[in-house]
Amino acid sequence: MWIEKQGNIIDFTLSSLLRRKRKNLALISVYMLVIFFFASVMFFTHAIKKEASIILKEAPEMVVQKMAGGRHELIPLGYIEQIKEIRGAHSVKGRLWGYYYDPVAGANFTLMVPGEGEVEQGGIAVGKGVSRVRFLDEEDEMEFMASDGEVFGLKVKQIFSPESELVSSDLILISEEDFRKLFGMVKGVATDIVLSVRNPKELSTIALKIAERLPDTRIILREEMLRTYEMVFNWRGGMMLVVLSGTLLAFIIFSWDRASGLSAEERREIGILKAIGWETSDVILMKFWEGTVISVSSFFVGVFLAYLHVFFLSSPLFEPALKGWAILYPKFKLIPFIDFYQIATLFFFTVVPYTGATIIPSWRAATIDPDSVMRT
Amino acid sequence: MRKSHFFLFYLLFSMACGVLMLVHASMRSRAELPRLREKTEMVKRFGLTDLCLFTEASYTRHPSQADFHTPFQNHPVALEHFPSGSILAPPPHLKMRSVRESVSDSKNLKTLTGTDTNAETDHVD
Amino acid sequence: MNMIQLLNIRKVFNMGRPNEFTAIHGVSLSIHPHQVTALKGPSGSGKTTLLSILGCMARPTSGRIMLFDREITSLPERFLTEIRRKTFGFVFQQFHLIKGITVLENVMLPAYPGGEGYGALRKRAMEILDLLSLSKKASSRVEWLSGGEAQRTAIARALINRPSVMIADEPTGHLDSRLSQEFMQIMGRLKQDRKTILIASHDPIVHESETVDRVIEMRDGRII
Repeated sequence: MWIEKQGNIIDFTLSSLLRRKRKNLALISVYMLVIFFFASVMFFTHAIKKEASIILKEAPEMVVQKMAGGRHELIPLGYIEQIKEIRGAHSVKGRLWGYYYDPVAGANFTLMVPGEGEVEQGGIAVGKGVSRVRFLDEEDEMEFMASDGEVFGLKVKQIFSPESELVSSDLILISEEDFRKLFGMVKGVATDIVLSVRNPKELSTIALKIAERLPDTRIILREEMLRTYEMVFNWRGGMMLVVLSGTLLAFIIFSWDRASGLSAEERREIGILKAIGWETSDVILMKFWEGTVISVSSFFVGVFLAYLHVFFLSSPLFEPALKGWAILYPKFKLIPFIDFYQIATLFFFTVVPYTGATIIPSWRAATIDPDSVMRT
Repeated sequence: MRKSHFFLFYLLFSMACGVLMLVHASMRSRAELPRLREKTEMVKRFGLTDLCLFTEASYTRHPSQADFHTPFQNHPVALEHFPSGSILAPPPHLKMRSVRESVSDSKNLKTLTGTDTNAETDHVD
Repeated sequence: MNMIQLLNIRKVFNMGRPNEFTAIHGVSLSIHPHQVTALKGPSGSGKTTLLSILGCMARPTSGRIMLFDREITSLPERFLTEIRRKTFGFVFQQFHLIKGITVLENVMLPAYPGGEGYGALRKRAMEILDLLSLSKKASSRVEWLSGGEAQRTAIARALINRPSVMIADEPTGHLDSRLSQEFMQIMGRLKQDRKTILIASHDPIVHESETVDRVIEMRDGRII
């Protein structure tokens, strides 16, 4: 009974929608595009955040940087001893890292000295992105220009796997000797200092102690590094917003026209339905199905396309924004961290408002007297 | 075929695809675990602090290590020089409020972040 | 037994406003079952208003309505709609078919909210269309119908819920004499099927037709 009634009313709704095939198809396409865009952003953002939160859990617990004139400066290794004296701080180490602008590719690389014995003097290990822009294979030599103008070659000993590009794409691991030679960095200084804390509860106490003892430093906690990536995609402006607002605007105009502006023709039809024995609730039920058919059709297709876009094709539409001015563009495939709640959220923020916007304006039209048809 | 049946089939088909998508996602993310571990291992071994997303400038390559001497200091909602600025917000340690949250002791805030008062007026919103 | 009984019905439009006017002035009337009753009168005489009150489409301002000796004047809308759907079939002056959908769908439309099985409903609709020699047109859109075909589609639609009462408002207003005669023939057939028929019309073809059992003349909202 109930199901038959829904079936009958859906039959009529679909016939009625098919009458304005082009208009409704255009509406569905724009709607789909909006959902596709929102879903893509959502999938991408969530996947990046999730992956960052997993990967960066292993980042240094605390980074100590020396500041001079508001800028990050090289830190004297003597600071290590001073930090070691603080109870609870352990594995205090100096880090050596920096940026190298490669005039050949026109790209920026991140150079880093790993722990003892990782890279021998004269050799380097490079990320996939570096090997891509410099056409490097293993055992090839890559030339660097040192700070004194001397050009010297280092042999590529290892290329990191493409799977690790999200952390290693522009990375060049280099020995300490070569690093100091390249940048003309004297012994006794490091880029910054990293340390671990034995008891996580003491984190802020230790941070404060370091700040007191070494007033010219600033401290970056791992928690802050993690939070940096929680703020990825915050829509504070720029081209993504421009792209999005375009589609959104088109969609609002469309749905405004469809939903709120019931045409004289539609009002007449509602009058006929009332006259031939439909109740107000039946008319509203029909409008509900109309909104549902349009939004659900758009919703699923939009979500599937977004899934395809982000996790199979590596978000080509976001590429211009992600790439920006960078010459070296990391290629990574995101892990599809999606869950039911994400999709439910998207559903409630798109399908529900649209369906509501279709029903509410028809409410008034649906309460017209059935005899209005006879009076015209 | 009745139109409503067609719609019902379409709906069921879509829902099935949706379930399939979730299943695929969970299978893929499980299959990716070794590679995820590889990345995690790399971060641990080399002491990395950031994801390699934007290589155009130091503060986009290592946003978590950025200092105040970067375009982020202009204004938190300023249009960025680089397109990536529209995607990535200024890191929390450059915004005083976040630091205040992370170290709940706001008395010692200035000593902790080691910044001058000038920077503070810039970043408290 | 009376089919429908009106007791001292008054209908006022735009009550309390400057353009207030009274369409029906205290009409009492009984409609007998299995008869064809015609309401006759010039336009503005209150025929259509009385027809919509008889068909439970509009509520009177005052007075009482009895259907099968049961008082229905103050029933809530939901019940009234259900009674209307089950008891009455309407044919409107302009037919009021829904454009863009097929003849068959138009005919089935009044039965949709009833929740009847699609197969049974479709079969019944086809039977009615067959009866009115429209089965060939079942899947054509209503815009492509001739005047007579549209008229018969409207009749078929009125019949789908097996009503005991047929109500037609100026049914011949848009038809030529031949089609008007044809309409009255169909009404004659329905009368034989023991349907009660109410027609409002100022067309002499209707009043003078043999099918019509009773002519009620109206003027200025009163029965003469």
